[in-house]
Amino acid sequence: MALAGSLLTLAGSLLLFLGALGVLRMPDVYNRMQAGTKATTLGTILFLTGIGIGRLPEPCIFRVLILILFIILTNPVSSHALARAAHRAGIRLTEGSVKDDLDTHA
Amino acid sequence: MKRLSNTLLLFAILLLVWLALTDFNLADRLLPGAVFSLVVAAIFAPGLDILSEIRPSWRGIGYGLVYPIVFLRELVLANLDVASRVVRPRIPISPGIVKVKTSLRSRLGRIILANSITLTPGTLTVETEGEFFYIHWIDVTSPDIEEASREIVRTFEKYLEVMFG
Repeated sequence: MALAGSLLTLAGSLLLFLGALGVLRMPDVYNRMQAGTKATTLGTILFLTGIGIGRLPEPCIFRVLILILFIILTNPVSSHALARAAHRAGIRLTEGSVKDDLDTHA
Repeated sequence: MKRLSNTLLLFAILLLVWLALTDFNLADRLLPGAVFSLVVAAIFAPGLDILSEIRPSWRGIGYGLVYPIVFLRELVLANLDVASRVVRPRIPISPGIVKVKTSLRSRLGRIILANSITLTPGTLTVETEGEFFYIHWIDVTSPDIEEASREIVRTFEKYLEVMFG
């Protein structure tokens, strides 16, 4: 159980690292948000699950489930709010973007 | 009647969260948790009309149990997809904001749909306007509204349709 927990935590931190890498490498604010706020969702879920089942002698899986639920509920709301605010503030998409349906409409 | 069922639903959710936080220690924590859950539920239920959009049917409950699994599968696939893009020497993306259309009518269904799309990496709901969502897509494969809707929205929509309409 401790081993499974450690492996899950490791996998989670790997995804979180890739999310951070994405923030550095992506070309514009929207793509950075894709990596920074969302590639990390699964990372955080794995990380928390790993901690939950790896914490011996008494695993705290229920508390971790509640934390995961709150992340799933709040994460999309905040990333949507940030992206919407960025678009309203007039921040352009990067060069080479295919299209912007929202722009022609506004 | 509507108000009573909303209160009961909110009460059940609050009590479940409380018990989960206390590791289901029923002997010590059930009574105070139940009292406070009831008070909070009674105060806040009138503002939660949105809960009554849930369609109580056996098929809806079954789809409600399957939906998290479908969603987790999409979440894992999309995470791996974005992660594999990030580590390439030249990031292979063709981003853009596409307009998609949903056939869902209820507010609750649309909320869950928009948030499911946002949680799945690669797609991000930037703006909503009635039945239209504007979605930032990291790899636009089809700029056409019909096809984009089919690729992004349909996976989740067919389940939410049964649950909320």
